[in-house]
Amino acid sequence: MINLEIKKLNKHFGGVKAVDDCSFEIEKGSITALIGPNGAGKSTVFNLISGIIEADSGNIVFSDRDIVGLSPDKISNLGFSRIFQASSLFDNLTVENNLFLAFDNEDTKFWKNLLGFNKATKIKKEKVKEMLDLVDMEKFRKNPAGDLSFGQKRLIELIRAIINPHSILMLDEPVAGVSPRLREKISKILLKLKEEGETILLIEHDMDFTLNMADKVIVMEKGIVIAEGSPEHIKNNRKVLEAYLGE
Amino acid sequence: MFLAYLISILILAAIGIILAVSLQLTVGFTGLLNLGHLAFYAIGAYTSALLALAGYPFWFCILTAGVLAMFFGFLISLPINKIKKDYLALATMGFSFVVYAVLLNWTDLTNGPLGLAGIPRPQLFGFDFSQNSNFLLLVAIIALASYLIIKLITISPFGRVLESIRDNELAAKILGKNTFKMKMCAMGASAFFAGVAGSLYAYYITYLDPSSADIMQLIPFLAIVIIGGLGSLEGTVVAAIVLTFLPEPLRFIGFPSSIIGAARQVIYALFLLLILIFKPKGFYGKVKLE
Repeated sequence: MINLEIKKLNKHFGGVKAVDDCSFEIEKGSITALIGPNGAGKSTVFNLISGIIEADSGNIVFSDRDIVGLSPDKISNLGFSRIFQASSLFDNLTVENNLFLAFDNEDTKFWKNLLGFNKATKIKKEKVKEMLDLVDMEKFRKNPAGDLSFGQKRLIELIRAIINPHSILMLDEPVAGVSPRLREKISKILLKLKEEGETILLIEHDMDFTLNMADKVIVMEKGIVIAEGSPEHIKNNRKVLEAYLGE
Repeated sequence: MFLAYLISILILAAIGIILAVSLQLTVGFTGLLNLGHLAFYAIGAYTSALLALAGYPFWFCILTAGVLAMFFGFLISLPINKIKKDYLALATMGFSFVVYAVLLNWTDLTNGPLGLAGIPRPQLFGFDFSQNSNFLLLVAIIALASYLIIKLITISPFGRVLESIRDNELAAKILGKNTFKMKMCAMGASAFFAGVAGSLYAYYITYLDPSSADIMQLIPFLAIVIIGGLGSLEGTVVAAIVLTFLPEPLRFIGFPSSIIGAARQVIYALFLLLILIFKPKGFYGKVKLE
């Protein structure tokens, strides 16, 4: 079943065609990887889907609805969750509070919160504990997120995105710059999510990681989709090898 | 004699606390560099003064002052969705100048530079607050209530969302938070309490002229917010009290009054500078200044 459909998406920055007539589909319950050299337009595609930047033309259809032109918060609430390439934690808040923010939007209601009708429920507390245990970071619960190391921040961002209600999880380079052990841990978490039926869209430079993980790989270069298919198919595609690996 | 003097300073300190903690809500908790706070204060002060002069009761004047200031808080929020950081500071500062110019030039309403004189002291439930000692009690109660309400906002999950916007607005949006609505609420609530503080000031001083909206008057309050520490209400209260008392000894040294005003500004600026160099988070702050 198709969950997300990108149709003839275009985005220009001045004279640069960052995304050029890009079209692809994402199947429900699968891991789709977006790969390509630096400047290929992968992150731009992510930002277009999230509504952080608006497309010049084209459609992004999610559950029969065109989401182009919606604000990032509306798009998020339709069922998108993502992490960024750079850390986007709330540095002055505790790890725990970073996670509590992800559950729902009841906390944006002024009177409900002021009058104390929005308590942290047991379910939420247990979920936070469960997710922190998953990444072995329970003991950092009360630490300010800004004090964490790079790898720890990545983990917290990942579980924050998982807690945030979604039907598509978008991960922009989740293992870039992390240690091999941590990479192992993150791939385990992602595979577990896949087993649970999550739909994941992934940007990653690490070829081993990507080809092991993905059901489908989409290769971009200079804003254009130059190939798509199964990891085996991509591994042997000459065009891809030329563009991406420079062989 | 000394007691009367002390009471008058305490009244100003209490009004200063309301103004500073409400400023802390936007600057320290939501990360909006709001330089238009005194405009809301002046709107509240004039609203309250005009209504009081027209014979309306105290509770009506102070609430209307707050609500009208809040309305302008919402209004200024409409453009700030698109304006960020330093530009927001400029825009809110511009708003402050506009309000100042209106107060100065709309002479039919505000009496222009001559100001409004003879504002009656409040009466409530048969109590007369024309005595400063009684008035101090009233101001202290309202200051405490304002502090508690703002404290409640900041420790609730709502306050957590405000802080997330301060730390990383885009990430808050990506989690599905309507940050525009949140910032609007923060500005509105902050403006409401600024309006209340303005109303109390008008009642206390019984005379009002446009200089209350002068942007230069904001500097002590910005200093209080930063010295107390961004994101700390307790620090703000302590700093508000300390900074109200700090320049007072100048009066007794025997400087001419024309120098005292300027010396006060110098003291605030100097104190602020020292804090920024040696204690950039302020005394109780948790938030790093960027």
